[in-house]
Amino acid sequence: MNEKIISLTCGIIFGIGLVISGMTNPSKVISFLSITYNWDASLIFVMGGAIIVTAPLFYLLRNNKNSLLGNEFSFPKKTGINFKLIFGSILFGTGWGLVGLCPGPSVSSIAVFNPLTLLFLLAMVLGILFNKFF
Amino acid sequence: MYNFTPIPSLIGGIIIGISVIIFFYTTGRLAGISGIFANTILNKKNRISNLLFLIGLVIGPLFYFNISKVQINFEITNSIILIFIAGFLVGLGTRMSGGCTSGHGICGISRFSIRSIVATITFIASGVVTVFILQNFGIHL
Repeated sequence: MNEKIISLTCGIIFGIGLVISGMTNPSKVISFLSITYNWDASLIFVMGGAIIVTAPLFYLLRNNKNSLLGNEFSFPKKTGINFKLIFGSILFGTGWGLVGLCPGPSVSSIAVFNPLTLLFLLAMVLGILFNKFF
Repeated sequence: MYNFTPIPSLIGGIIIGISVIIFFYTTGRLAGISGIFANTILNKKNRISNLLFLIGLVIGPLFYFNISKVQINFEITNSIILIFIAGFLVGLGTRMSGGCTSGHGICGISRFSIRSIVATITFIASGVVTVFILQNFGIHL
């Protein structure tokens, strides 16, 4: 098993999880964010379901140095709360609320062959490139 | 809450969690999708692996729809301007803050990262405010 096969497999599993969870549908995400009108709390169950699997296993693996393929476990190096974390999160939340797509579902929704998702992805690439100015 | 789907959403979440853990345990990397997406564009290191993960994200739903024969629910605004602005903000915002719903919301929270907890609360709050403003200007998405 090499890293490429594992990446593809994990992407497939992740994509199946997303579609079963309902989060590939932008209007369902909007309903989660719409707490004052027809609120749909499902997204909490998606994050909760994922975290009940990952939290105990991250904990168990905390003292392991190397992954199965021999790479060192890599964790984000940044710590602490700063302006970019907060401001970036506000920008992300605004974009997320405008149409109901975040990065995972926006990639998965290529599967529904809607040209609007390609426009979203193109704009997302531009946003990523624009970050170079900060 | 007439569209509330706690069971499928919980099952979907568990499957996502399994993917995150397999990916982490084997490759040593965290499966934050905004990071994988941005690194595919910006970073030569692991580019093919990252691209394959993204391709998997598309194959997964296609595979599921073909096996289960369930109807695909995909309702999105038809405003091109709104979609463009949203995509741009999602790209820029996730890079500035270093994560999205998967990176901060799942990987970060389950490692009890304070940064990720703060980020997740902030982007959900910001999303709630955005939807509230849109709805109260009479735009129902």
